[in-house]
Amino acid sequence: MRLEYGDGIRDAITRCRVAWPLDGCCGGKIRCLTQAAAEVGRQEFREDLLFLSIGWLKPTAGCLRRMGSRLANRHGVIRDKASGMWIHRAARHTATILITVLLGGLLGATLLRFAPGFGVDEQELDTRLSGATIQALRDSHAAERNVLVFYARYLSGLLRGDLGVSRSLQRPISELLSQRIPVTLRLVAFGLLAGWLLGLALALPGAISGKPAHDILPGFLSGALLSLPSALVAVLFVLIGGPGPLAIALVIAPKVYRYSRNLLAQTSAMPHVLAARAKGLSRLRILLWHVLPIAAPQIIALAGVSVSIAFGASIPIEVICDFPGIGQLAWQAALARDMPLLVNLTVLVTVVTLVANSASDLAVSPSSGRQ
Amino acid sequence: MKTLRQFVWGILILVFAASLMAGLLAPAPYGQQFRDSTNAGPSRRFPLGTDELGRDRLSRLLYGSRVSLLLAPAAALLSTFIAALIGGLAGYLGGWWERLIMRFIDLSLSLPWLFLLLTVRALLPLNVSPVASVSITFALLGLLGWAGPARVVRSGVRSLTSSGFVLQAKACGCRGSRLLVMQVLPNLKPILQAQFWISVPVFILAEANLGLLGLGVSEPLPSWGNLLRGLENYGAVRSNPWTLAPVLLLVIVMGSLHLVFPGEDYYS
Repeated sequence: MRLEYGDGIRDAITRCRVAWPLDGCCGGKIRCLTQAAAEVGRQEFREDLLFLSIGWLKPTAGCLRRMGSRLANRHGVIRDKASGMWIHRAARHTATILITVLLGGLLGATLLRFAPGFGVDEQELDTRLSGATIQALRDSHAAERNVLVFYARYLSGLLRGDLGVSRSLQRPISELLSQRIPVTLRLVAFGLLAGWLLGLALALPGAISGKPAHDILPGFLSGALLSLPSALVAVLFVLIGGPGPLAIALVIAPKVYRYSRNLLAQTSAMPHVLAARAKGLSRLRILLWHVLPIAAPQIIALAGVSVSIAFGASIPIEVICDFPGIGQLAWQAALARDMPLLVNLTVLVTVVTLVANSASDLAVSPSSGRQ
Repeated sequence: MKTLRQFVWGILILVFAASLMAGLLAPAPYGQQFRDSTNAGPSRRFPLGTDELGRDRLSRLLYGSRVSLLLAPAAALLSTFIAALIGGLAGYLGGWWERLIMRFIDLSLSLPWLFLLLTVRALLPLNVSPVASVSITFALLGLLGWAGPARVVRSGVRSLTSSGFVLQAKACGCRGSRLLVMQVLPNLKPILQAQFWISVPVFILAEANLGLLGLGVSEPLPSWGNLLRGLENYGAVRSNPWTLAPVLLLVIVMGSLHLVFPGEDYYS
């Protein structure tokens, strides 16, 4: 370690320790340390001071990355620690998804097994069949009466891409899904993009200006939209002749607005933001450099949740606006009590939701500054 | 802000009281059909007009409000009770039990809410009496809506069990169910109340969604869900804007609930 403790550095560290107690925000402490290091001046002292601070702060991979790649590269151990943590988290998420899907599948198989009409073959209604033939038909379904055997067969079919046959539409479920999924994906992707843009566009003016008056109209709009069920939003869109895909955006936008507005308000009240404001930095600069980097991980976390909300909203919106996607298919299956189709759809959307949540979690963790 | 909240409370109490007194305030029974006055406009006899079967819209709105405003809290009560039971056990027992229950909660939360509702609703009979359909709809909401609140309850119990007064109670020899009933549960009341009030608007919206999809409360019994279904006759709505009265009432009540009990929406 080349660093020799001079009075300047010792004072800087003492000031940092007083200003940022150990249970405070890690990102804030690093920002303060960087400021202190800048006061000390020389570049090599600055890097060593940051390196010393690692032992004090016990920062996460995200914090280390924020300290700068030069520092991380200089100390390869740190980089290995960071990447190892990410791989560990990714593996844990994958395992969680697999277990959840297997459990969800078991739940689905149990629902299918106990659904009305399970194991009944239409051929049994043929009056020409003898009693022995009908009994043979029933025996052929006997093995499926055991839930676990039924689930094992369901899983082996799933691995071969055989999801069964829809009872109401009399077509292979995989074929139905391949036709309907692109429609829903386009609808949900557009809705998510437009909803996020609209939500953030409503939240940012208030956050930049800091004036409560700028939140009145967005607050009123989001309150009104949150009060409407997604099906009613779709009905109103049809009534006014609006584009259907925008209905999903109007379901997503108020939630994004409320969440991000609250988060930005909380972050804006943090001490380092107050200090930046006291130093006379512009509101836009404070938002971009001191508020958004802290709030971003939690805003990204909402992205995963919003995928689930968008898929939920797609059911009534596809039904009412007549989009032939999986939401409409689920509704048709519910009305026809087509359990094989419904269960497969539920498992599919569960997988998509889990993957979206895990992806947002993994995207958040390296930059969150928290373990 | 305080005045606004008082005003909003006033609106909620007014709507709730009007729905409770639907029998007195409604001009006609909700199912009575005036065959000579189908699709009538607002008049002294029918303040909000009549529907295509000649039923008074105001009466149906009042009775429908009663169904939605009484049964959504009932469903919320059921879900809060289940959440208290499961979340409370997870937080109190700790260890493996807690991990197991938390994984179950995570599994429940990862299932898409509306898809799950449709799936379980489809398992149950669709052609049932109106009273049975009301019971099924709201019981389903109550039974499936516990996971989000359970997670919050578990966190509350965890923090309570590690708090100073519980430690002191344990040191004094208070253990097991007595500790849970006398020390933890009374302090859990604010969390449970908050979860209850957060669930009410969620369930009102879920019922409205199911009703609009034709999977909620069956006709002729009115609810906000099946009253909103009348809006699917798009041509009639454009020429008869008073048919939007249920939308207005829903927005007023939901907006008031969101204002009085702001909270996290788990399901949507």
